Formats: sequence, C-alpha cells, structure tokens
Amino acid sequence: MKKILCALFLTLLPALAFAQDEGVTLQNANVDVSNTASVQRGAKYFVNYCMGCHSAKYVRYNRVGEDLGLTDTQVESYLMPAGGKISDTMESAMPDDADKWFGRQPPDLSLEVRNRGADWVYTYLKSFYLDGKSKTGVNNLVLPNAAMPDVLWSMQGLQNAVFKTVKEPDGATEHVFDHFEQVSPGRMTPEQFDKMDRDITNFLAYISEPTQLEARSLGLRVIGFLIVFFLFAYMLKREIWKKIH
Amino acid sequence: MSTETENEKRDFLDVISGWLVGLRDWIDARFPLTKFWNEQLAQYYAPKNFNFWYFFGSIALLVLVNQILTGIFLAMNYKPSAAEAFASVEYIMRDVNWGWLIRYMHSVGASMFFAVVYLHMFRGVMYGSYKKPRELLWIFGVLIYVTLMAEAFMGYLLPWGQMSYWGAQVIISLFGAIPGIGEGLAQWIRGDFTISDITLNRFFALHIVAVPLILIGLVVFHLIALHEVGSNNPDGVEIKKKKDANGIPLDGIPFHPYYTIKDIVGVIVFIAIFAAIIFFAPGMHGLFLEPANFEPANALKTPPDIHPLWYFGPFYAILRSIPNKLTGVVTMGLAIFLLFLLPWIDKHPIKSLRYRGMLYRRLVIVFGLTFIVLGFIGMQLATPFWAQIGQRFAELYFLFYVTSWVYSKPRSRGFLIGAFVVVMGLISIGDLLGWDPSEVTLKLYSWLIPGIYCAIFLLLPAFFSKLVEPEAVPERVTFK
Repeated sequence: MKKILCALFLTLLPALAFAQDEGVTLQNANVDVSNTASVQRGAKYFVNYCMGCHSAKYVRYNRVGEDLGLTDTQVESYLMPAGGKISDTMESAMPDDADKWFGRQPPDLSLEVRNRGADWVYTYLKSFYLDGKSKTGVNNLVLPNAAMPDVLWSMQGLQNAVFKTVKEPDGATEHVFDHFEQVSPGRMTPEQFDKMDRDITNFLAYISEPTQLEARSLGLRVIGFLIVFFLFAYMLKREIWKKIH
Repeated sequence: MSTETENEKRDFLDVISGWLVGLRDWIDARFPLTKFWNEQLAQYYAPKNFNFWYFFGSIALLVLVNQILTGIFLAMNYKPSAAEAFASVEYIMRDVNWGWLIRYMHSVGASMFFAVVYLHMFRGVMYGSYKKPRELLWIFGVLIYVTLMAEAFMGYLLPWGQMSYWGAQVIISLFGAIPGIGEGLAQWIRGDFTISDITLNRFFALHIVAVPLILIGLVVFHLIALHEVGSNNPDGVEIKKKKDANGIPLDGIPFHPYYTIKDIVGVIVFIAIFAAIIFFAPGMHGLFLEPANFEPANALKTPPDIHPLWYFGPFYAILRSIPNKLTGVVTMGLAIFLLFLLPWIDKHPIKSLRYRGMLYRRLVIVFGLTFIVLGFIGMQLATPFWAQIGQRFAELYFLFYVTSWVYSKPRSRGFLIGAFVVVMGLISIGDLLGWDPSEVTLKLYSWLIPGIYCAIFLLLPAFFSKLVEPEAVPERVTFK
C-alpha cells in the first residue's frame, strides 16, 4: 500500500512542480458566510453533488442546522441521508477502497477552504476542461491531473482550454493557458453556474470555521468593553500620576 | 438621612476592616505576606521615567499566564496520538464549548508571546539594560527566550498538521548535522526513525510539563535578579546613586500604585490588539496559523514549501543563508549564543542609546530592521535570490555585534579603517569561497549591502569622529 502511494506521489511530483510554475490566477470567490441563504443553498449542493465522494467528517448536521437557522426536521429531510442521527457528522457514502477507483481517497472537505483558500476552491470548481489523455476525460487548470471527475459538468456544460505558445526571454517556448471555449452548454447559464459555485464555496468557507460569525460579533463587544475600561483606567492613571514630575 | 444610619454604616465598615486587618496580622505572624508585598511592589522603587518600551515585561508575564491557563483547558480535550491529535483539535474547535476561543487564545498567544519578548529584548538593547550590574538579569532573559523557542517548537507539533510534521522533521534533522553523534541524537530526540506517534507523545509531555516548569523557574529568577539590581530606564541612569535621607531613590517611585496602574492601561491596549486578532483574524493571514497546517500530517507527502512560523524566521534565514548544513547550524547557534555575550561585547560605560552618539542610535535601529528583514526572508521560498539576500542580512546581523564591540571605547582612525578592511576582506573571501558563476551579478550587487553598512558604521567615524562621540549623560532621569 505504502509503495503504491509512494509511486503515485513520485509520478505526481512533476505535476506539482508544473502547478507551481503555472501560477493560474485565481478568481475572487467573494465569499460571505453571513449570507445565510447562500450558505444554505451551498449546503444543499454540497450534500447532493459533493458528499457522494467527499466527507466533512468534523461537521455535525445539527450544528449546521443551528448555525443556518434550519429546524431538525428540515435538516433531516433536506440534508441528511435516511436513517441517520441528527448529531451525526457529514460522512460520505464512499467506501474505504475508493483509492482504487480514483487513484486516491477523495479528501475530507471540512477544512478545505482554510487549507487552500476560498478563491482556490471557487476557481477549481469552474476550471475543468476536456482532456482526452485523462482517465476521467477532463483535466483541471488549477490542479493539473486532478483525480476528480467534472461532477458539475451537466450544470456548467463542457469546455475546452485554449493554450497559446509564449516565447520566454531565454528563448524557450511555453504553453500558457489563454481562455476557455464552451463546447456544449450546460443546464445553467454561466451566471447561474458562478452563483452555484459561489454558494458551494461559501458553505465550505462556513464549515471550515463555523464559529467565525460568532467570533466577530463577540469580538466587537469585547473590544467595546475594553475601550470603556481603557478610559476609566487611563483617568485613574492620570489621577494617581498627577504628583509625579 | 439621619446621622444614626450614617453612624451605623460606619460602624459596619469599621467592623469589616477590623476583621481584614486581623486576618492580615494573623497571616503576617505566620507568613511574610505584607513583607513580600512591600518588598516586591509597594516599596520597590522603579525609575519614574519609564516609556512605552517598559510595558512589555509585565505584558510578557500576562501572556505566560494566558498560555498556562488556556493550555490546561486545551489539554483536557486534546489527544496526543498520531491517530487522534488532528481530529481532537478540530473537536476542540467545533464541539467543545468555547473551545475555539481557548484554542485561538493559545495559538495567537504563542505568536504574541514572541512579539512581546522581541520588543522587550529590543528595549534591553536600546537602553543598555544588559550592562553591569544587570548581566545575570539579561542572561536569565536570554535563557527564557531560548526555552520559549523550545516550548513553541514542541507545541507546534501537537496539532499534527502538515507543517507541524514537516517543520519538526526539518528542525530535528538539524541535529543530524552534528558530526559523529548527529544521527543518533536526532533519533534519540524523535524516539523513532521519523517523526511519529512516539515523538508526538513525548513532545506533548515536554510541552505541557517539563518546559513550562523550567520557564516559570527562569521567570522567577529573572524577577529576583531584577528586584535585586533595580530597573534600568531610558536614560540609563542608576537611580540608586541619588537617594534621599530615608534611602529612597530621588527618581524612584513605588511600583505600586504607580506602575501597577500604568501597566493596567498598557495591558488593556495590548488585550484589545490581542482580541482583535483572536476574533477577526486568528490565523493572521497565514502568519499565526499556516494554511498548510489545516491538512493532517502525511508522511508521504512533502509540502512544496516548508518553513517555520514567523518568530523563528530570522534564525531560519540565517540557517538557510549557508549552503553547508553543519556550518549553517553552527552559524545559527552562534547567532543565538551571541545574545548571551552581549554584556561583554558592548562594554561602553554609557548605557542608553540616547547618549551614545548619532551613529550608535542608527546602528541599533538598523539592527532592529535587520532582524525584521531576516524574519521576512525566513518565510520566503528558498530561491537563489532570497538565499543571497538572506546571506547579506545574516552578515549585517553579525556586524551589529562587531560594530558594538568596535564602539565600546574610543578608537583611533587607523583602528576603524583596519576594522573596515578586515570585515570587508572576510566577507569578500567568503564570497570567493562560495563563488557561483551563474550568480555573479547578484553577488556583486548584494556585496554593497554589507559594503555600505561598513562604510557608514566603520569608515565614516574614522574621518568624522563627532558621529560616534558620546553626549553628556544627565545626572538625573529626564522625561521625553
């Protein structure tokens, strides 16, 4: 097992180096976790399109419901698989030997946004393009040779990546991504798809740090208190120090 | 309101205060409570001219208490095993009541500890607080700093993320550079051939018991030494030399209530900054919590860029600036060790930079900037460019000590020119030894960094001796 992983890692190394050099410009995901409606939609998309393979194993359903203003019944009927407990974590249906299917186990997404950034996730989800050389028929601009198939293709449609040849200052030529070319339309318009992509990213941003909204509102109160405390402490200090010259 | 109720109220207060005085006397007969209070606070005389830089001692103590208290609560839910550590941290972040706050207080606290300690140390350098009679006070301080580095290093392994794992792998492998015993030593520290569950478990024990005990002990020694010799001040004037008829320093004021209330004001400002980071940017955009550390440790996947957290940046940059591993480790060790020697390197009789001449003031500021630049370089990818620039700023780091030594007493023109020639000669020989034809332009241009530095700090005073001429130190402390 370890040997296989090692071999896999070694074959992926050049791809990693490529990814580093390529430096695809990430698009701004513009996430706003206080937009509850968007996070709710993202939760539904996540359960429908992502959780078949990816887990969010640190996230509990009832916590999601509580944070997004959903009742337990709503969570049970819209988000949870049948027969689960409301306090369960978001486990995927993927069996343990999924690495045989994709080459690797689909990663847990609880912390994906904290690990790679919201812009990365947003751009990644919309950067699949047709590639006959790949096992899944698609490749990804942000994560070259990604093992993941283009799950959202029916919404986005299929696209080709058009590369152009650029001459480097040292004379070498390089293939550089230029633009995407729509091959077949999806069920959604590009605007609708961007919105869906943003909702999913928003949900992932929320689960990566579920306390962030609570932290901000508590933070304002704490700092407000400290400002008042400061005024009193400072006046007392001036009073005590009056005699010192 | 009748006078009768007034009297009743007063009687009641008298009774209460009578009890309290009785309790105090009862304790004083058995334990030196009042004596301790007076000696350490109410009758401990500190110079009255402390400025902004003097807040950081008490703030450092506050952060230490914060780390210990939050650490205790974290240890209640953390699981020190390779299989469970990462998940247990997420459990604390999500399922433990207020766990996220406790964890952020601890992780942000670690970074703030270093920020505060660095400012505290820089204060010592500016005002010559390491000089006689405060050499031991300074040495205890540097020991605290070194212990803190060990504490932070071991603590960073505990979340068991990718950076925890690979950072520890890199740092422990440094011990492997020691000839002969190196590999055995590194293996002894890890308790395994690689970083593993065993390493994590022992680092946990060291992080939460052994090192904190040493840290607290050293802090106590640091304070005992401080209260024995008394605080220095921005003027570097010994207040104990001028006393009134009662033996109280003329420029001294009791620590309590003057500095207790002043430090409370400083502490509130500090906590406000601390809180702003905890609540609004706990990861400090990757500086305090690295994004790569939100992926569980994976022994089979090396991250493309491994670097320690920002507070190790300056020394990491010095380490990386030298291609040979052993020489790099020795140089980094020397960079830290020189801090211990500072009282004997800079033996100038005047303490504060305020009165040590125009160039010395610039020298200290440039030293502070050098440290910040090195910290920045320590976090960049190790490209040939940053390696070269890192080497130049590492040279500036060491040149501070050389120049401090040169400035220790009046030097002749010949001595200064000689020092310039020797230093730049050594740097140039070093450049020739590590000559790489592909990097000639960068090497030559960057040679100007130590070149200009030495021209300003060594060559210039050879011709304009006024620049290093000390100014008259006032008899008594001043307010600025």
